[in-house]
Amino acid sequence: MSFEQFLFYFFSAILVGSAVAMITVRNPVHAALFLVLAFFTSAAHWIMLEAEFLGILLVLVYVGAVMVLFLFVVMMLDINVARVREGFVRLLPVGLVVAVGMMVVMAMVVGARVFQVESPGRADADYSNTEAIGQLLYTEYVYPFEIAAVILLVAIIAAIVLTLRRRPDSLYMDPAEQIKVQRKDRVRLIKMEAEKK
Amino acid sequence: MIPLSHYLILGAILFALSVTGIFLNRKNLILLLMCIELMLLAVNMNFIAFSHYLGDLAGQIFVFFILTVAAAEAAIGLAILVLVFRNRQTINVQDLDEMKG
Repeated sequence: MSFEQFLFYFFSAILVGSAVAMITVRNPVHAALFLVLAFFTSAAHWIMLEAEFLGILLVLVYVGAVMVLFLFVVMMLDINVARVREGFVRLLPVGLVVAVGMMVVMAMVVGARVFQVESPGRADADYSNTEAIGQLLYTEYVYPFEIAAVILLVAIIAAIVLTLRRRPDSLYMDPAEQIKVQRKDRVRLIKMEAEKK
Repeated sequence: MIPLSHYLILGAILFALSVTGIFLNRKNLILLLMCIELMLLAVNMNFIAFSHYLGDLAGQIFVFFILTVAAAEAAIGLAILVLVFRNRQTINVQDLDEMKG
């Protein structure tokens, strides 16, 4: 077994193990951490497939941003773990049957002779994957790239608007109201008779 | 050298596992979102494997866009989840039956 094969099976074992752990652990925080491990090992696989840019991107964007967001939400919400797990044992056979059936069908498809392709070999030492992706992204795919930017903007605005709320009981200052105030709003002169003893 | 089918089978295993996860964790909305992320990862694995063995970078561009859209999806999904929890005090899927579908 060559070193490359050893690395492939090593990372695959960790990846599949962490995926199994993710769907079976009781605690959602542990599930999120196992998903982080799955992302890390996938990044290793992608780097072995000479997709260095996407491997780094997976770690930076997914582990660094999306999974931290997940962890943040999991820890912010007070979830009843015991209730979440009811029906787990009852559903396990159904899930296993579906998984095995799907696995068999997919193995029949990808086990076909057309997919027994050997690796095309390694690129030259001075080949830059990031540069090649940049060349394609900013020329041929520049229009989808712009659309992706718009999608991200929409996501930002939607997430902020959805979670924004005004608390009626919290005190806050409105500078516009403070500036517009006139003397007659604040001071009232009253004429009245002197009180008799 | 590792043949292409190894990577495809790895992707298929990941996909089947995430489908099982959706079956097992039907109660918890946040775990369902995580299973969808794992599913997208399996698809991306296939894309990158095909891209490498075909010698065409278009597959990696696709993965780039999938990652972008998945990040947006996760952000909006979690925002909706926080809203649901704030209004209902639960994210149990079985308790979200207001609409009587």
